[in-house]
Amino acid sequence: MSDASTSAKGDLKLNNISKSYGDFKAVDDLSLIIPEGSFFALLGPSGCGKTTTLRMIAGLEEPTSGSIFVGQTDITEMKPYKRPVNTVFQNYALFPHLTIFENIAFGLRRRGINDVEGAVNKVLDLVELPHLAQRKPTQLSGGQQQRIALARAIVNRPALLLLDEPLGALDLKLRRQMQIELKWIQKEVGLTFVHVTHDQEEAMTMADTIAVMNEGQIEQMGSPADLYDNPKTAFVANFLGQSNLIKGTISGNDGDSHIVDLFGQKISLQKNRSHAVDNSIYAGIRPEKFRISRLGTSTSGNILTGGHIEDVSYIGVSTQYQVEMPWGQELMVFEQNDDGVAPFSKGEEVNISWEPIFTFGLHGDEDANAGSEVNPDEDE
Amino acid sequence: MKKALRWISKNLIKIYAFLGFTYLFIPIIYTFVFSFNKYVRSNLVWKSFTLENWKNPCKPIDICSALGNSIKIGLLATAGATLLGTLIAFALARYAFKGRGFVNTLIFLPMATPELVLGASLLTMFLNLGFNPGFWTIVIAHVMFCISFVVVTVKARIASLDPRLEQAAMDLYANEHETFRRVTLPLVAPGIAGGALLAFSLSFDDFIITNFNSGTTMTFPLYVYTHEKGGLPAQANVIGFSMFFLALLIVIAGQIVGRKRKVSA
Repeated sequence: MSDASTSAKGDLKLNNISKSYGDFKAVDDLSLIIPEGSFFALLGPSGCGKTTTLRMIAGLEEPTSGSIFVGQTDITEMKPYKRPVNTVFQNYALFPHLTIFENIAFGLRRRGINDVEGAVNKVLDLVELPHLAQRKPTQLSGGQQQRIALARAIVNRPALLLLDEPLGALDLKLRRQMQIELKWIQKEVGLTFVHVTHDQEEAMTMADTIAVMNEGQIEQMGSPADLYDNPKTAFVANFLGQSNLIKGTISGNDGDSHIVDLFGQKISLQKNRSHAVDNSIYAGIRPEKFRISRLGTSTSGNILTGGHIEDVSYIGVSTQYQVEMPWGQELMVFEQNDDGVAPFSKGEEVNISWEPIFTFGLHGDEDANAGSEVNPDEDE
Repeated sequence: MKKALRWISKNLIKIYAFLGFTYLFIPIIYTFVFSFNKYVRSNLVWKSFTLENWKNPCKPIDICSALGNSIKIGLLATAGATLLGTLIAFALARYAFKGRGFVNTLIFLPMATPELVLGASLLTMFLNLGFNPGFWTIVIAHVMFCISFVVVTVKARIASLDPRLEQAAMDLYANEHETFRRVTLPLVAPGIAGGALLAFSLSFDDFIITNFNSGTTMTFPLYVYTHEKGGLPAQANVIGFSMFFLALLIVIAGQIVGRKRKVSA
């Protein structure tokens, strides 16, 4: 066969893709380039359009408008069986009437590949399940089925491998193990992986690049560290880990930094880490970046005074505090239990400080709770 | 007394089951036993034991040609009803078209209509169209009422099919035709087989509709009915019980195959 299923190679490009169901826009004018060979994650809550996007790439859903390219080949209108794309489905979708061997051989046989047996055995070795070749899918555990679904897809060496919440049905321990294995297999086979998930930890562990999706659009795209350290929107700040967002105004400048007034207390924020559009701003700080100090002890960097400990939860490696500030907001603080300082107790008066480089600035009109109410464990 | 009561309450379900099965099987046991009766004219009174009836099941005139007709009609009706019914089931389960709900209701109609009405109106139709009632009018009538049962059985099977399996096949380079042949059809096959078995047994069994549309053709149920008054030969019991036994074997075989499919490769 000389169709695109074998010949097309290169970056995946989505150009202004939209998908509407009646009045509902599942995907809204989305553009994206996924470089060849990368591990890319589409991360977002249920109903954000990530699975619809994946299904459009696979050809199982037709975009209302826009185009999809693999390298120079336009695959927008192409039938799913002509695309250089294979999918690992959410519930694996293994063929129950075929053996594991025949499940994996399915794609090879349809394309008329010669050495089916060699290829299947090789990929069974890769996922470390060669002894299960003659079993039926229902005789396998969830983790085994997951690996077979992966094997069935990668044996075809597609230009693009799509993974739709592939670890969603596994228990936590197995999920962690499979995260590491998937990452390793991706490096081993060198294929482009596009991974859809609502689990931020999963996306951060595996992906080189993450696109955070919300309401059919991409909120922000970048490396896991970029997204975590310098989120552009409240949604990203809250959906990826936890954030303290404090309302304030930009009251002045000091070289490369803004001076931000937070309820009368001045802190510093690097200009290139501010995504505010005017003087109204949210100053964002991750809970583990904060330090707590007793009144009268010296501290440096950005300082907020007048807090008192509202709640203490000791969780071994760290202690989590809720600190109530004079303006009524409770800030979350994670302190590593590594400095020999006696834990603070409830009601104590404290100051909070952090290194100015950790501050990020968000548009002051945003909803500070965006992305924090969604339950990341909920399935689509 | 207390002990006895406790025993009864403990084994109530077993007692129920025993009584239920007895009720269901007494007629069959009766049929079986009387197939060994050395009957004179009529097989209503037990005379003595003989294997003669089992050795010469075709001895009464016409009994085996009636059986042959029933089997031929059954096979033809099954083939027709299964083919058409499966196609209808796919159309109803997979495609949204104008009037789908109406067709769905129509499919149930032959099951709900009294056979007497169906039989009489079919005869009227055949006569109006100038068909002579006989073998082929029976086949057509049987296809007609068997289709509904096939449609319902196959449709249920299609509904339980995970659409992602077909999507996975398409994703793995199978075009529409290959997807149907390699994934859809094998997975729906048990439903089709079930529908076909149901169609055959309904056709083989049918008396009322057949009686209207048979002309001079004799089927096995018609034979039994017409000979009931003049003395039914015990060979009818032999054939009847054999058909029951055959059906039992098919069901058991089906269960074994089904279990094998699930448990091991």
